[in-house]
Amino acid sequence: MTDVYTRRQLLERAAAGGAVLTVPGFLAACGGSSSKSAASSHKLAKTLRFSNWTLYIDIDNKTKRHPSLDQFQKKTGVQIQYTEDINDNATYFGKIQGPLSRGQSIDRDIIVMTDNSRYPSLLIKKGWVEKLDKSAIPNIKNLQPALQHPNWDPNRDYSLPWQSGLTGIAYNDKLTDPVLTVPDLLENPKLKGKVTLLQGMGDTMPLIMAVNGDDPTKVTDASWDRAFKIVKKAVDSGQIRQFTGNDYSGPLAKGDLKAAFAWSGDVVQLQADNKHLHWNLPKEGGGIWTDNMLIPTGGNVYTASVYMNYYYDPKVAAEVEDYVNYICPVVGAKQVLLKKDPSIAKNTLIFPTKKMLDNAHNFDANALNNEKYITAWQNLITR
Amino acid sequence: MGFLHRHRGLTPYLLLAPGLLYLGVFFAVPLGFLLYQSLESGNFDVGYSFTWAWGNYWHAIRGYSSQFARSFEYAGLATVLALLFSYPLAYWIAFRGGKWRNLFLLFIVAPFFVTYLIRTLAWETILADQGPVVRFLRDIGILGSGGRLLATSVAVVAGLTYNFLPFMALPLYVSLEQIDQRLIEAAQDLYASKWKAFLRVTVPLSLPGVVAGTLLTFIPAAGDFINAELLGSTNQHMIGNVIQSKFLELIDYPAAASMSFVLMATILLGVALYARAVGTEKLTG
Repeated sequence: MTDVYTRRQLLERAAAGGAVLTVPGFLAACGGSSSKSAASSHKLAKTLRFSNWTLYIDIDNKTKRHPSLDQFQKKTGVQIQYTEDINDNATYFGKIQGPLSRGQSIDRDIIVMTDNSRYPSLLIKKGWVEKLDKSAIPNIKNLQPALQHPNWDPNRDYSLPWQSGLTGIAYNDKLTDPVLTVPDLLENPKLKGKVTLLQGMGDTMPLIMAVNGDDPTKVTDASWDRAFKIVKKAVDSGQIRQFTGNDYSGPLAKGDLKAAFAWSGDVVQLQADNKHLHWNLPKEGGGIWTDNMLIPTGGNVYTASVYMNYYYDPKVAAEVEDYVNYICPVVGAKQVLLKKDPSIAKNTLIFPTKKMLDNAHNFDANALNNEKYITAWQNLITR
Repeated sequence: MGFLHRHRGLTPYLLLAPGLLYLGVFFAVPLGFLLYQSLESGNFDVGYSFTWAWGNYWHAIRGYSSQFARSFEYAGLATVLALLFSYPLAYWIAFRGGKWRNLFLLFIVAPFFVTYLIRTLAWETILADQGPVVRFLRDIGILGSGGRLLATSVAVVAGLTYNFLPFMALPLYVSLEQIDQRLIEAAQDLYASKWKAFLRVTVPLSLPGVVAGTLLTFIPAAGDFINAELLGSTNQHMIGNVIQSKFLELIDYPAAASMSFVLMATILLGVALYARAVGTEKLTG
């Protein structure tokens, strides 16, 4: 609870202080003369249309406004039309793929999709997203080194991370001994029917592959088969109760589940109400995923890029991070928060240690788009 | 006025026009498109093309027959249960509700003021492993000490029954409420026992309501996927879940479309047989 209080306090201060934040570097970007990107004119649009997931940005609880967005408007005169209409990668992709496939605009300049789903790489492959105007994003230098070269967008030509999250094991210490390894979760008879895995193949599989010592970032048929057999066995034996999205949180908090594959950010929130919940990266290794900002075709590349540059200013990133419980992709934000709100800066679920990051794996984007794997996985979870 | 006067025969068609137009634009055209899509082949990467791929249908039936069967089983069970619960309920409201009838009807409809998803999630709480229902069932020995209701077929059927109950109860109420009480009195005057009068008079007269109610319950229940998703485990998935995953996760539109058609055709066939068995006049009263 104290955690929440300090955050609110800080937001109030930020709102009252008005232009506390200065954004150097930002205007310099506009002065940059190189304009390699032919598609983008260096003129800001009146509005920036930004679709994001729910509860994923700073908010002033009194005014219901987003201070970091207001700040951007003050600086640039660009009004941000911020819509929280993404709840699920597959559903959102289903919604936008129709117009995009017909070459129509979806009336958005920035959308946010997760790289442990197949959709960001699919959007690039289909040519449904625009290249970033990197001349307008000098702050790209602040991108966490670990996130700079994903195999689906090796040079970050099309995407920039918004937030990342870790996938690990959550357990309720009232109902079970600590569950620290994946084999324990999948085989311990005391947990039978009381554990869930995540629906997304890209969420669950990295953790399973790590058990086998296989590399989840380079999936082969052999490593896939080994991992798939483990999950199938646990499903067949009745150990696994369900495959969930983030709807594991209710049953976990209530005690219907003893342990679950879970996202770090969710558990940070649940812990505020339930001290019995714990979250760890499994000993063998956990998963890491990243939500990426993308510019759908028809979006205003320059304006979107200018916003991305703004977000990659450590001070702005810190302001957002102080509200959001996920992992900040911007180097330097931690230093800012160490002064403003040390409890957040020191929370390893928000600013993980290097050791944690080394032990967390992304899932191979090629595997995410492998029809054979997807079919097998979907048939397993919807039998 | 003059035009209509001269072409009086046109009036019914003109009155039908808005409805037909609506059906045409929002039902027939999308359905035609779905049919077209169900016969396409290819994949999302290279794009789909129309090839009269009837194999999609064969694949849908052969590959997912267990989920089809499960859908009809769960929907059938839910329909029967809803009928068993609703009949006494509707009967009581219609014949004994008195001036409170409308209030009781409101109670039946009340859950509809809450979103479908939230209503279903509420059952997660009701049937929770640590919840009162499970504890009671464990105490009386129906469930073993480790037994559970959530993530079982019981929970899915219970969820379906609950969610579609009003679709059963309301048509039943309407048909029961219309029964002329004097017919029952007449039966009793002719020495029918109360039970016999119920069986020979009330039940047959309420059949239109039963038929309408079972159809309104069974059809949407068979295509439902929310209850299986939230209240079932991996072994309770219905065909709706498969269609959803084909459509959204695999982006395999032809497979999803052909499965939808198989589902639709099976339901239509079932309804036709049902209507034949009970007599079509029961459908319209």
